[in-house]
Amino acid sequence: MSERDRIVIVGGGIAGQAVAEALRERDPDVAITLICGEDALPYDRIRLSEILVDGSDAATLALRPEEWFADHDVEVLLGRWVEGGDLDAGTLTLDGAEELTFDKLVLATGSQPLLPPIPGIGLPGVHPFRDPADCEAIRQSATTATHAAVIGGGLLGLEAARGIAAQGCDVTVIHLVDRLMERQLDPVSAAMLEPSLADLNIKVRLESATQAITGGDRARGLAFKDGSSMEADLVVVSIGIRPEKTLANTLGLATNRGIVVADSMRTSHERVWSVGECAEHAGMVYGLVAPILEQARVAADTLLDRSAAYTGSILSAKLKVAGIDLVTVGEADGDTSAVVSDAASRTYRKLSVRDGRAVGAILLGDVRGAEALMAAVRAAEEVTDPLDALAAASAAGPADLPDEAQICNCNGVCKGDLVAAVEVDGCTTPREVMSRTRAGTGCGSCKPAVIDIVAMATGGLNDEPAYLCACRKQTREELADQIRTQGLQSVSEVSQCCGTGRDCGACKPALAYLVSEVNDNRHREERHARYINDRVHANIQKDGTFSVVPKMRGGVTTPSELRRIADVAEKYEIPLVKVTGGQRIDLLGVSKEDLPKVWRDLDMPSGFAYAKAVRTVKTCVGEQHCRFGLGDSMGFGVEIEKAWEGLHTPAKVKAGVSGCPRNCAEATIKDIGIVAVEGGWQVRIGGAAGASVREADILDTVETKAEAMRLSTTFLQYYRENADYKERTYDFVPRIGLDEIKRIVTDAQIGAALRERFRLAKAATTDPWLERDDPYHPRQFTDLDQQSEDDGPPTPVVVGPPEEARR
Amino acid sequence: MTFACREDDVPPGEGRNITIEGRRIALFRTDTGWYAVDAVCPHKGGPLADGIVCDHAVTCPLHDRSFDLRTGEGPGEDRIGTYAVEVRAGEVYVAVGVPAASPVAA
Ligand SMILES: Cc1cc2nc3c(=O)[nH]c(=O)nc-3n(C[C@H](O)[C@H](O)[C@H](O)COP(=O)(O)OP(=O)(O)OC[C@H]3O[C@@H](n4cnc5c(N)ncnc54)[C@H](O)[C@@H]3O)c2cc1C
Ligand code: SF4
Ligand code: FES
Repeated sequence: MSERDRIVIVGGGIAGQAVAEALRERDPDVAITLICGEDALPYDRIRLSEILVDGSDAATLALRPEEWFADHDVEVLLGRWVEGGDLDAGTLTLDGAEELTFDKLVLATGSQPLLPPIPGIGLPGVHPFRDPADCEAIRQSATTATHAAVIGGGLLGLEAARGIAAQGCDVTVIHLVDRLMERQLDPVSAAMLEPSLADLNIKVRLESATQAITGGDRARGLAFKDGSSMEADLVVVSIGIRPEKTLANTLGLATNRGIVVADSMRTSHERVWSVGECAEHAGMVYGLVAPILEQARVAADTLLDRSAAYTGSILSAKLKVAGIDLVTVGEADGDTSAVVSDAASRTYRKLSVRDGRAVGAILLGDVRGAEALMAAVRAAEEVTDPLDALAAASAAGPADLPDEAQICNCNGVCKGDLVAAVEVDGCTTPREVMSRTRAGTGCGSCKPAVIDIVAMATGGLNDEPAYLCACRKQTREELADQIRTQGLQSVSEVSQCCGTGRDCGACKPALAYLVSEVNDNRHREERHARYINDRVHANIQKDGTFSVVPKMRGGVTTPSELRRIADVAEKYEIPLVKVTGGQRIDLLGVSKEDLPKVWRDLDMPSGFAYAKAVRTVKTCVGEQHCRFGLGDSMGFGVEIEKAWEGLHTPAKVKAGVSGCPRNCAEATIKDIGIVAVEGGWQVRIGGAAGASVREADILDTVETKAEAMRLSTTFLQYYRENADYKERTYDFVPRIGLDEIKRIVTDAQIGAALRERFRLAKAATTDPWLERDDPYHPRQFTDLDQQSEDDGPPTPVVVGPPEEARR
Repeated sequence: MTFACREDDVPPGEGRNITIEGRRIALFRTDTGWYAVDAVCPHKGGPLADGIVCDHAVTCPLHDRSFDLRTGEGPGEDRIGTYAVEVRAGEVYVAVGVPAASPVAA
C-alpha cells in the first residue's frame, strides 16, 4: 500500500463524482478511488429526459470525459459492485471476491425508484424513470403505445409525461392528491399549470389512487381505488425514491430512511461518510442536486480533517418542461404572502413571508427575478412589503443581485463565483466562466443569467456579443464549438444541448446551416428547421406559388434544354417565363404540388435560386469569341460553378467571371468576381449591387486559372465557416478586414485545411430536385386534401356527434 | 369533430393545409402538440402552413410575422382563428368553430 491516504467512494453518481472533485480541488495528493456500480462513467442524471425526448445517446450525458479522471488522478472502477467489507480493518469486498483497502470510505449509493407494491407492477410495459435504460425503454414504447399513464405528478412525473408526449403519444398524469407538485406549489399555481400541460397534450387526473395495473401478459390499463379505470399500454412510475442503503446495512451502519449522517456528513462509523440521495441528515433525504453538492463540499472538508458543517438546504426547483417556465424555492405558503397573477397569460408570482422573513417563492410563466427571490429566501431576508419585494425582484438586473445569489442551481454556483471567475481567474467569455465554475452545465436553464453576469463583470455590457439569436444568448462561435465538441448532428440536438429551453423559431434556419457546415454536410437534416424554400427547393412568391430556375452553368444552354423548358412552361401553364439577371431562365407561378413533376419533365438539375447557396456564376463569352477577350471567362465560369454548386452558404453568393477589364459579366460587383487581366486573373471579393453598391475588393492577382480557383475557393470556405447567418460577403469582408482575409487564405496550412473541409462538404452535396422521386415525406409537396405521391386524398368525413365538437 | 388526416400525414415540425367545412385551415404538428389555425396570414395572405414553427408559434414565410398557435395572437391587431384539435389513435380531428384554448379559470 502506498503511504498516501486512500479515500474510496462507493457510487459513481452525481454525489460520488462531486465528492471526488471537491477532494481533488482541496488536496492534490490524497488517493481517490471511485467505484461505479453502473457500467458507465458518472453521468448527469438530471439530463436523462434528453434521451427520452430526442433519443440522445447516453454517452453525451457524461459529467466528465474519460481523460478527466486520468488528468486528476482519480481511479475509477466501472461496473463493479461493493458487497460488504470490514470497516474496522478498512477493507471492502467487490463482486464477491476481490478485496480493496481504504483509509476512509464514502457511501454515495444514491437511491432506487420507489415502486408501489400493487398488482401488475412487474408487467412488461411498466417502467420506472431513473436510468438511461428506462428512458430508452420508455421512448421505444411511446412510439407505439396508444395511451401512456405516468403515475406521480411531481417534478419528475411531469418531465416524463412531457418526454412521452414529445413522441406523439397520448399521456395522462395520475396523481394521488388534489394538486400537482404539491410539495412546491399552492393550489392556485398548481391549477394554473394544468392548461399549460394540456397544451403539451398532457392530461391530468387528480385524486386518483392506483390500485392495480391490469392486463394479463402486459400492462393494458390502470384500476383505481374508486372503482374507475383507464386504458394504458405504457405506464411510467415516478412516485419517489427509496434511498439505497443495502450496503450500509450490511456494513452495520445506523440507517433510518437513509444512511444517518451528522452535520459533518459522517455516518455512525468514524471512518465512513455518506453523501447524496442515500444520506439522511436531520431527518431529511434530499433528492435534488443542489443539496447534494453542498453535502459533497462539506464532506470533502471533513474527510480532509477540516472543519465544516452541513446544516440542511432550502430546496428550489425548476420544472424542465419546454414551454412551461416554473421556478419554486422554499415553502409554498407563509403567514403572509403577495401574489401577482394573471390567468389569461397564465402567470403567477408569489412571495411567501413568515414572521417578517422571506420563506418561499413560486414563479410560474414569468420567472423574472428568480435569482433575486431565491437569494432572499435562502438568506431568510426581512421583508416588510412582500408586494414591493416581488416587483423589485422582477426589475432586478445582474448588478442588483447579492454575491450569494445562486445562479446555477444544478451546480450550486453563486453570482460571486461567476464574478470571481472573471475578476480573479481572468476568464473573459461566458464559455470560459462556465467551464471553470460549471455553471450552466447542468440543465442549462441558467445560461442566460450567467451570460448577463459575465457581461456585467467583464464590463462588456455595452458591446454585447453578437448572439446567433436572442432566444439562446450564444454566439455563432460558441454554438459551433459545442456542435463540434459534443458531436451534435441536428438542430434538435443543438436546441436540447445549447438551448435555454425555449426556441423562438427564428433561428432554426441559422442553426440548420451551422449544423450542416460544422458537420461538412454529414448532418441529420431536419426540414422543419428550414425555410419553405429549402423544404421544397423553390422560391416562394408573394401569392404563395413558387418559381423554378433550372441550372444553366455560366448562362450557357442548349437548344434541347430550351425546348424542354418551353414544353414544361406550356404543359403546366406557367404564367411567366423570365430571363434573370444571373443569366438563367425563371419559370414563375408554379404550384407546390407541381414542383416534382416540373423538375421531372425539365430533367435539369436545380439552380439553387431559392437558397442561401452559391447561386450562379455569370460569365461573358470571353476570349473564345470576343475580340477583346484576355481569358476564357465562359469556360472558367462553368468550371467554377461546377466546383461550387450545391454548397450552402451563410447568405447567397453570386459570382461572375469577365474576360477582360471591360467587365461585361459585372464581376466587380459580385460576392466573388474574377476578371481576366493581362498575364493572369484578378480575384475580387465582397462586391454588391443591391440596395447599395459596393465595388469588390481585390484579394489578389494570380497567373493561372488553377490559382484563381484555389484562392477563391479558399475564401468561399472561409466565408462559409465564419460569416454570421445572412451576412453577405459585402458585410463580412469589411468586418474581418481585407488584410486579415488575405493573410488567412494565403497561409499555406490554414488554406489547405479550409480547402480540405470544402472538399468534404462538397462531396456530400446532391441535386435536391432528385427528391422528386425520393421525397423526405410523402407529403413533402402536397396539402392534406391533395393527392400525395403515394396515396389517395383523404376525404374529410365527419365522425361523432356535433356535441363532441363543443367539448 | 372532423377527421383531418392521419398523424403521419404531416411531417414533424411542419404544417399542411386542409379545407374543413368550407374553411381553409393550416394544421401544425409540433413538439408541443397539434394546432389548427386559419391558413392565410392576415397581413398579405401568406401561406402560414409554409412557415417555420417553434414551440407554439408560426412565422409567416412572406414577411416573418409570428402568430401564437394557441391563441392566434399576432403582432399588433393581427389575429388568426384557432381551432380545437384532438388526436385519437393516430388520427387527427379538428373542430371548426371551437377556439383552441379554453380560457383559463381564474
Ligand atoms: C429523470 C431525472 C431528472 C432529474 N432532474 C433533476 C433536476 O432537474 N434537478 C435536480 O436537482 N435533481 C434532479 N433529479 C434528481 C437527481 O438526479 C438526483 O438527486 C441525483 O442524481 C442523485 O445522485 P446520487 O449520486 O446521490 O445517486 P445516484 O445517481 O443514484 O448514484 C448512485 C450510484 O451508486 C451506485 N451504487 C449503489 N450501490 C452500489 C454498490 N454497492 N456498489 C457500487 N455502486 C453502487 C449506483 O449504481 C449508482 O450509479 C432528477 C432525477 C431523475 C431520475
Ligand atoms: S468582358 Fe471583355 S472579354 Fe468579356 S465580353 Fe466584355 S469585352 Fe469581351
Ligand atoms: S403575408 Fe404573412 S407576414 Fe406578410
